[in-house]
Amino acid sequence: MSALRLSTITKSFGDNAILKGISLEAEAGEFIALVGPSGCGKSTLLRIVAGLEHPTSGSVMAAGRELTALAPADRNVAMVFQSYALYPHLTAGQNIAVPLAMRELTRAQRLPIIGNLLPGQKQIRTAIQAQVAEMARSLKIEHLLDRKPGQMSGGQRQRVALARAMVRRPSLFLMDEPLSNLDANLRVHARGEIVDLHRRAGVPTLYVTHDQAEALSMADRVAVMISGNLLQLAPPQVIYDDPAHIEVARFLGQPRINTLDTLVAHGQTVALGNIRLQVGGSVRERDEVIIAIRPEHLSVLPRSQNGLAAHVERMEFLGSEVIVYTRLDGLNQPVVAKLTPVEAAGLSAQMPVSLVAEPERIMIFAKDGIRLTAKPVSVDALEAAHG
Amino acid sequence: MSPQSTFTLGRAVRLGLLTLGALMFLAPYIFMMSAAGKGQSEIFTSSLSLIPEHSFFVQNFTKAFTRVNMPGLLFNGVVVCALILVFQVLIAVPCAYALAKLNFRAARLMMALVMLGLLVPIHATALPLYVAFNNLAVLNSYTALVAPFSISVFGIFLFLQFFRAMPDDLIHAARLDGMSEIGIVARVIVPNAWPAITAFAIFSVVAHWNDLYWPLIVISNQAYATPPLGLLYFRAAEAGDDYGALMAATFIITLPLVLAFLLAQKRFVEGITMTGLKG
Amino acid sequence: MANAALAATPIALPDLGAARQARTAWLLAAPAVLLMVAFIIAPLAAVVFLGFTDFELGYGSFRFVGFENYAELFADRTFRQSLWNTAVYSAIVAPVSLLLGLGIALLIESESIGRSFFRTAYFLPVASLLVAMATAWQYLFHPTIGPINAALHMIGLAGPNWLGASNTVLYSLAIIGIWQSVGFNMVLFLAGLTAIPRDLYAAADVDGAKSGIDRFFLVTWPMLGPTTLFVITISVINAVKVFETVKTLTEGGPNKASEVLLFTIYQEGFVYLRVGYASAMTVVFLAVLVVMMFVQYRLLDREVHYA
Repeated sequence: MSALRLSTITKSFGDNAILKGISLEAEAGEFIALVGPSGCGKSTLLRIVAGLEHPTSGSVMAAGRELTALAPADRNVAMVFQSYALYPHLTAGQNIAVPLAMRELTRAQRLPIIGNLLPGQKQIRTAIQAQVAEMARSLKIEHLLDRKPGQMSGGQRQRVALARAMVRRPSLFLMDEPLSNLDANLRVHARGEIVDLHRRAGVPTLYVTHDQAEALSMADRVAVMISGNLLQLAPPQVIYDDPAHIEVARFLGQPRINTLDTLVAHGQTVALGNIRLQVGGSVRERDEVIIAIRPEHLSVLPRSQNGLAAHVERMEFLGSEVIVYTRLDGLNQPVVAKLTPVEAAGLSAQMPVSLVAEPERIMIFAKDGIRLTAKPVSVDALEAAHG
Repeated sequence: MSPQSTFTLGRAVRLGLLTLGALMFLAPYIFMMSAAGKGQSEIFTSSLSLIPEHSFFVQNFTKAFTRVNMPGLLFNGVVVCALILVFQVLIAVPCAYALAKLNFRAARLMMALVMLGLLVPIHATALPLYVAFNNLAVLNSYTALVAPFSISVFGIFLFLQFFRAMPDDLIHAARLDGMSEIGIVARVIVPNAWPAITAFAIFSVVAHWNDLYWPLIVISNQAYATPPLGLLYFRAAEAGDDYGALMAATFIITLPLVLAFLLAQKRFVEGITMTGLKG
Repeated sequence: MANAALAATPIALPDLGAARQARTAWLLAAPAVLLMVAFIIAPLAAVVFLGFTDFELGYGSFRFVGFENYAELFADRTFRQSLWNTAVYSAIVAPVSLLLGLGIALLIESESIGRSFFRTAYFLPVASLLVAMATAWQYLFHPTIGPINAALHMIGLAGPNWLGASNTVLYSLAIIGIWQSVGFNMVLFLAGLTAIPRDLYAAADVDGAKSGIDRFFLVTWPMLGPTTLFVITISVINAVKVFETVKTLTEGGPNKASEVLLFTIYQEGFVYLRVGYASAMTVVFLAVLVVMMFVQYRLLDREVHYA
């Protein structure tokens, strides 16, 4: 039984389809990152899982329980918001206590003033205080408990928001870009902390982000969403090395993957310089396909017979690596390469060079974006085959 | 599926409450218009029927127009409100700009003055002003009606808040372009302050169009009466129970501002909200 | 070492720019300052001063009488009645118009149809000439020909003589006062409601808020704090300043049952021309305003601002 199962969820506002049939399953204790450019529907999907929005069709199930028609309060999910959404009039401690109070006190006991006079609420409140204190201890925020959100830094608020979400041991954890309001240093630190907390709590987590580094570094599996479609759900390494769709390949990786439109040649092959690739699938001769290669899988060598002829346009030195911007001769096509400083040592702007790709790393996508298998074949073998 | 389109019991109750309340709030207008069209006898016999059996609209409105100089009243109202507004803006905007964006030592003292001024309504200063105006022999004049309101501390306060939110760089850029401070106010600040000026204009006009206290004190000559004062005269002149004519006059005098409100509703609400929340 | 020496001796140059800026600032502020002194500060000082004299308009001279006016004031039955009436009127109008304004704003906010119609209907009294609408209310309240009593009669109730009886007149005026100010409060609350971050409601839902009541006490009411404080202040001040309806409809009667502070000041100062005595009343009126503002901000301000 999966911890979370989303079945063909769609959401549209009038004619505007935000989600176009998303299906997804999460295992117990799994951390899944939903990543995609803004407007791809990832936050809407998260809010549907939380029950804050209703899907146009499809269903949400968690631990075998049908949630689709339930109110957020009855789903036992916790959520961390991008803005943290802490109640500004309550102290950190009171904020963390809210989900507990909402569940454990009766409706009458929750009323202001009157509630404090009703019998039985005192013991419950003491128990809640103990739980809040314990939560605060494990997140090391005991010193913040009496402060209001307005008196805390962004990082402190983020921890309080985490504490509020975790305090009641939810069956599912939802996070909506919880780190995007932190500065860069803090963000990297907080990443590790959230992963750590997740490992300790073991609660399945859906984590929405537009930051590919967050997604790749934190998640067990990454779900890439582009304009309302879930294009691929796979472990980070797979999604980076073996993208199922050109948009996935384009979205992940910095600098962006290089692409080159070309036509399929005789014998279902595609040529890139003197490399030839055998393309699988149902492509035919003269079909358009896209060749893609990541910048780090290119070498930039002094002009020679091998590789693609190009000129260096400019270079960016980034310390541990050098980004080389080149343009293919004749095709006027920009190509970016990522080199080590040693590899880039002899290069300079305007220099004529040859670009050489690692044949195993070249990917081919059909015109509609679907990945095609591609196998390098040696030129000799081809020639031999044709006699 | 969405909660907006389903019709639940809760919604029915909500809509019912809102409708009932709205009817109660509109009742004075409805009965006012109804009575403005009724003859004396009908008013006394059937007060709950809304449509007059015999239309007396023409007679009642003729009475309202002949017994009191309605065009004169409305004209006075417009002139007084316009003069007040022009002076208030001309005087408050430069002062607010100086307080918000220029460094000078008296700024803090002036802020204190503004805050004090916000606490003091015209009712508190009316007595000495009346004595002074009496001594200067300017009672019964537009001057008397306009002068005390030429300074609006509330205006200064509102514009101050608005200007503070304007980026300093805008002003630095204008200075680098060689504009004088007065040029900056006229060509950079005012064009960017229209939302605040509109909001303030609505606030000011509503306040002074409706004001009875001060005109009642300084005006005894009908020629300078503002609409509220004129209506008071009309009531005194009618004395009896000619509610038909009285409601007709009421209707005419209420109409201009209500029409202005209905035509520019969004601006009105925005204006009140802005002046209200910042005040 | 050389750097330290340089830093320790600041080069004193006259800041010409600052001096010019100050001069411009004065120039721009001068008209406002002059008018503030002429129409606010000087009259305010004069009113305090006149309160200690027996100045009457029409008499050439006046005498300094110390606290005599104030002593007379608190022995004056009309004035005491007037203070009491103003307090009762404010104690009804301010809270009721606040709660109605909030209630209507909440209803309108949660309803998707007819929003702008309802907003217009409830706001219309704010934009209407109060003297005129008071006259319309007078017709509604008329004991024999008024629609209200006609309606009451239909269901078998004998309506009171609303504005004509001393035991109902203040409540009738309060009804008009509430009618007139609810729309203003409603608009302020509507603005306050739209300013509440949607995420807080989402957080409340996820945290387990099940009903509108939970959401109201967890999010809406606390987040409306600053708006509410402002609405309280404005409502109380406006209620204390009630004048138009009294002057138009009752002239303080019957039997001084609707004497209110501003009307009494108006009568003494501008009808009987006892400027000194009326000035003393004005000082009391101002003191009431100032004390109320002070108390409100002292007691409530810290409760409603969270930053």
